[in-house]
Amino acid sequence: MFALGPIGFAAPWLLLGLVALPILWLILRAVPPAPIRRRFPGVALLLGLTDEESTSDRTPWWLLLLRVLAVAAVIIGLAGPVLNPQDRVSGSGPVLILADSGWAGAPQFPRRAERMRALIEEAGQAGRPLATLRITDPATIAFQSADVALTRLPGLVPEPWSPGPDEVARAIEEISAAGAFDTYWMSDGLDYEGREQILSALRDAGDVRIFQTPISAQGLVPATYADGVLTLRARRSEGSGAETMQVQGFGRDPVGIERILVAEHFAFAEGELQSELALSLPAELRARITRFELAGGRSAGAVALTDDSLQRREIALFAGREDREGLTLLSPLHYLQQALEPTAEILDGALLDVIPANPDVIVLADVATLAPAEEAAIVEWVEAGGMLLRFAGPRVAASDLSRTEEDTLMPVRLRAGGRSVGGAMSWGEPKTLAPFAEESPFHGLAVPDDVTVTSQVMAQPDPTLADRVVAQLTDGTPLVTRKRMGGGQIVLFHVTANADWSTLPLSGLFVQMLERLSVTASGARPTAEELEGTVWKPIQVLDGFGDLRDAGTMAGVPGPDLVSGTLGRALPPGLYEGESRRLARNVMDDGTLLVPAGWPDDVRVDGLDTAEETPLQGWLLALALALLSVDIVASLGLSGRLVRAALVGVALALPGLPEAQGSDDFALQASAGVVLAHVLTGDERLDRMAEQGLAGLSDVLFFRTSVEPDAPMGVDLETDELSLFPFLYWPISADQPIPSDIAYAKLNDYLRTGGLILFDTRDADVSGFGGGSPESRRLQRIAAPLDIPPLELLPDDHVLTRTFYLLQDFPGRHNSRDVWVEAAPQDAELIEGMPFRNLNDNVTPVIIGGNDWAAAWATDENGVPLYPVGRGYAGERQREVAYRFGVNLIMHVLTGNYKSDQVHVPALLDRLGQ
Amino acid sequence: MSLAADLRARSEDAAAPLPALLAEAEHLAGTVLLGEHGRRRAGLGDDFWQYRPVRSGDEARMIDWRRSARGDDQFVREREWQVAQSVMIWLDQAASMRFASNNNLPEKAARARVLALATSILLVRGGERVGLSGSGLPPRRGEAQILRMADAFTRDEEADYGIPEARGMLPHARALFMSDFMGDFPPVEAALYKAADRGVRGVILQVLDPAEEAFPFSGRTIFESVGGSLRHETLKANELKDRYLGRLAERKDALDRLARTTGWQFGTHHTGDSTQAALLWLWHALAGQA
Repeated sequence: MFALGPIGFAAPWLLLGLVALPILWLILRAVPPAPIRRRFPGVALLLGLTDEESTSDRTPWWLLLLRVLAVAAVIIGLAGPVLNPQDRVSGSGPVLILADSGWAGAPQFPRRAERMRALIEEAGQAGRPLATLRITDPATIAFQSADVALTRLPGLVPEPWSPGPDEVARAIEEISAAGAFDTYWMSDGLDYEGREQILSALRDAGDVRIFQTPISAQGLVPATYADGVLTLRARRSEGSGAETMQVQGFGRDPVGIERILVAEHFAFAEGELQSELALSLPAELRARITRFELAGGRSAGAVALTDDSLQRREIALFAGREDREGLTLLSPLHYLQQALEPTAEILDGALLDVIPANPDVIVLADVATLAPAEEAAIVEWVEAGGMLLRFAGPRVAASDLSRTEEDTLMPVRLRAGGRSVGGAMSWGEPKTLAPFAEESPFHGLAVPDDVTVTSQVMAQPDPTLADRVVAQLTDGTPLVTRKRMGGGQIVLFHVTANADWSTLPLSGLFVQMLERLSVTASGARPTAEELEGTVWKPIQVLDGFGDLRDAGTMAGVPGPDLVSGTLGRALPPGLYEGESRRLARNVMDDGTLLVPAGWPDDVRVDGLDTAEETPLQGWLLALALALLSVDIVASLGLSGRLVRAALVGVALALPGLPEAQGSDDFALQASAGVVLAHVLTGDERLDRMAEQGLAGLSDVLFFRTSVEPDAPMGVDLETDELSLFPFLYWPISADQPIPSDIAYAKLNDYLRTGGLILFDTRDADVSGFGGGSPESRRLQRIAAPLDIPPLELLPDDHVLTRTFYLLQDFPGRHNSRDVWVEAAPQDAELIEGMPFRNLNDNVTPVIIGGNDWAAAWATDENGVPLYPVGRGYAGERQREVAYRFGVNLIMHVLTGNYKSDQVHVPALLDRLGQ
Repeated sequence: MSLAADLRARSEDAAAPLPALLAEAEHLAGTVLLGEHGRRRAGLGDDFWQYRPVRSGDEARMIDWRRSARGDDQFVREREWQVAQSVMIWLDQAASMRFASNNNLPEKAARARVLALATSILLVRGGERVGLSGSGLPPRRGEAQILRMADAFTRDEEADYGIPEARGMLPHARALFMSDFMGDFPPVEAALYKAADRGVRGVILQVLDPAEEAFPFSGRTIFESVGGSLRHETLKANELKDRYLGRLAERKDALDRLARTTGWQFGTHHTGDSTQAALLWLWHALAGQA
């Protein structure tokens, strides 16, 4: 690829087109701008007029420059410029992609995978067969086509271990068997045993190219606990520069949710490869921590699992005999305390006080009798998983404990008295321990010769005895018996806890036995010898990225291997569970050093993150387009067409003037005078009739009374302001929409503040207001949310009967007497001498009827009635009464109870003495 | 609404506010149809002219007894002789009239048609006879004639520039020529002279678009006539402006001179201006030609 500095060109010959630019300049300069065609009748007058100058406007130089630049951008763009062009794969023949695939490469794995993908694709484009090999998990090298190799790419994940000697040997074997090929080696950047051999094997096979990130690998050494201080160490492979790393301790909080319990920082000074951090944590918190992680490490090496080693067991010691003050060496608990103190928390106190603290172990040394409450508490605690460790002694031997019946808290029945051997008063030699049986938890522990037993309590032979013996003397008598009970166990040492009966408490074996029984957990890792004969089952294992996974059905690991074996497929790092404790196997240990991989000078080493290839073609073509757009605007401007285009743009951009006047107009129209209004029902014919009816009534009012209404208006309940109208006529149709909640709020407000609504079902009230006709059912639905007072049939003495005309009927197009108004108060009484009761002091908020008043009132603009009412003269009379009702109604609306107050006039006059 | 009906409606709108146009008649000869224009002599008509003493030969029923009863002599009541004037309209309907420089302005032809028809309506209301020059539509009176004229005004011509039609002119009639007068000048001259020879007098109304007066062009431009028959290319349109405006003024001047020579009246109307003003001017011009 032809390259100019960091820019390469895919088609460099196209750049020759740049030579044509000066020519283009000249041509563009010579050609005038394109003419505008204009229709113009006055052309007849122009004929014969010649231009004074023969040359036209030249294209200005900057426009020329713009165009030439645009063309240049197109030419360069088409030449395929690429920023930071990458060398393509050269060579032929098969390619091996070799990956260390250790945990150290996990943080950079995505970039490495991307690089591998690119390499595979490039090799595929070159038609080269490919194979992949992971040193951490070598397999037979099989060269395949690139698309097959691509499918294997996701499988090349890092393993949570480093290449070990076995794997290196296997890899070299495979490499030398595969013939000639070129190699791309994805190095993790860490050195390991046998790397040089692999390199030389590869160089024998063909070219080798290394891809390696310069980023330092980080690892966390498992925490150690000593003297109340938790010590963490982090290591890195490159010592350049100071650095801080955060370490986080994860564990379950009291609620059981895993969260970060501790977070601290390692500080690496310049040149330092290891940093140490001392944490002093409360025992509670410390016991909760399940693992430490370097934040952002994302590799198995950055995770250090903790096991029981950070935990200190709580052990409660009780002895049956504490009376020999001062004779500590004879105290039944002295040796136990010595053995346990370094590694466990020892609880003191009364038994019933200690049990609620839930100790891990309760030791009863020579305790024969327990109070029933204590016994019950211990039983409960054992069944919940506690471990009761009992030692025999003179008291036990002398008591009837577990003599005839097996005691609940004893593993075996005991024979009376016990026995003594090899003492001054007895025959025989002191007994020694027999080697531990395979099923015993002590299996694998070496039995020292100097451990002798001179006295012991004897177990009654029982059918269950053989199962319960975990250690015995050379003569076959049980030394340690054990019984499981619920989730816990009861262990009995048939000797005392001090050196009275045996030398066992004086020996190292005693401590080891206690450890095996998980009575203690030593801070130090167990040695291979200590774990001899045990099998550890993986619980959780780490993957290469440091994520914990359930081990599932993975096979168990022999104890010595777990401690000293090399990590590999058979022994992945993780958490292993033994008899009754857990042991963590981590990637890093004290001896693991992170050494950066060094390569011979003649091997090509590339980083993973070489500069990205950036094609510039799109950008250049876009630039050309942008320049041409500018050219369009500029050309338009030059030829005088831009103004019109701009005007069009401005005209389009100008927003229409806001029309805020609508509601004001409505309010002005409604409030300029008295306006009768009707509710718009959505039924066009009905609305028109209502308007015509109110128009007719308005005319009648105008002619006959001093009320001079303006033209009636329709009111939309949803949008219009109601308070402007003293009166609403509301014709009901069967399919009228129910108003919205907001409209109801407005309506109720209207009714409460003195408005009057005349509901007209227009059905002549044929069915009464029991809900017979569709309209009245609709009315019931519409009126249900309205704030309507109790109603009654319009009484004879209602003020509506006399506000203007004296009326007894209220007909519309129909003539029904049933018109409902607000009920009179209960205490309204007819006063002596008065024609009317002293009724409401208010305008009734609603009037409900079905007489189709609007139809009776309706007139056209010439005052001619539009709808027939009745027949002949009687019909006209009915229409007249309908108008009179309308007049009375409006008078009632406008004057309220004025006419009702008139009844008091005689009384007032009387009082005034006239 | 058809084009003709629409045109008529707009013309009615334009004509409505004006009083009936009473074109003064100068000559009686040649036109004998009765109209409402007093000929300032006794004759057939409705309006009172004078009382004259009874002469021999007058029938007894011709005597105005009311007047005669006031004295001893007997009088006959004479009425003014009324005749109608004929107005011949020539409206340029050529392609050059179908031009509007922007969307807010009407085409020149549209404006000219409205004006011409409004004038026709006024004349018909005044009892005049209106027709088109040439043989297409001889002058007649009545509403039906307005319909026919409106119909005639809706026919576009294909030619790029119109040539005035001076054939079929009734002697001593009145004429109204409306055009942009952008085309060849000699035919205009010839037509006017021919009309003037017949004693026809009238009005020339030049209807122009504002752009034709302002020439707001610049840059390299190809000007084409509306019909496409003429074109003129210029490299710097703005430099032509002064010379174009000079030629336009010259053309107006020539028309004015021609009008004065022949006793006609000349006016210019721009489509950007008010129609009403133009109609008023037309009315005055037609009415003022004593």
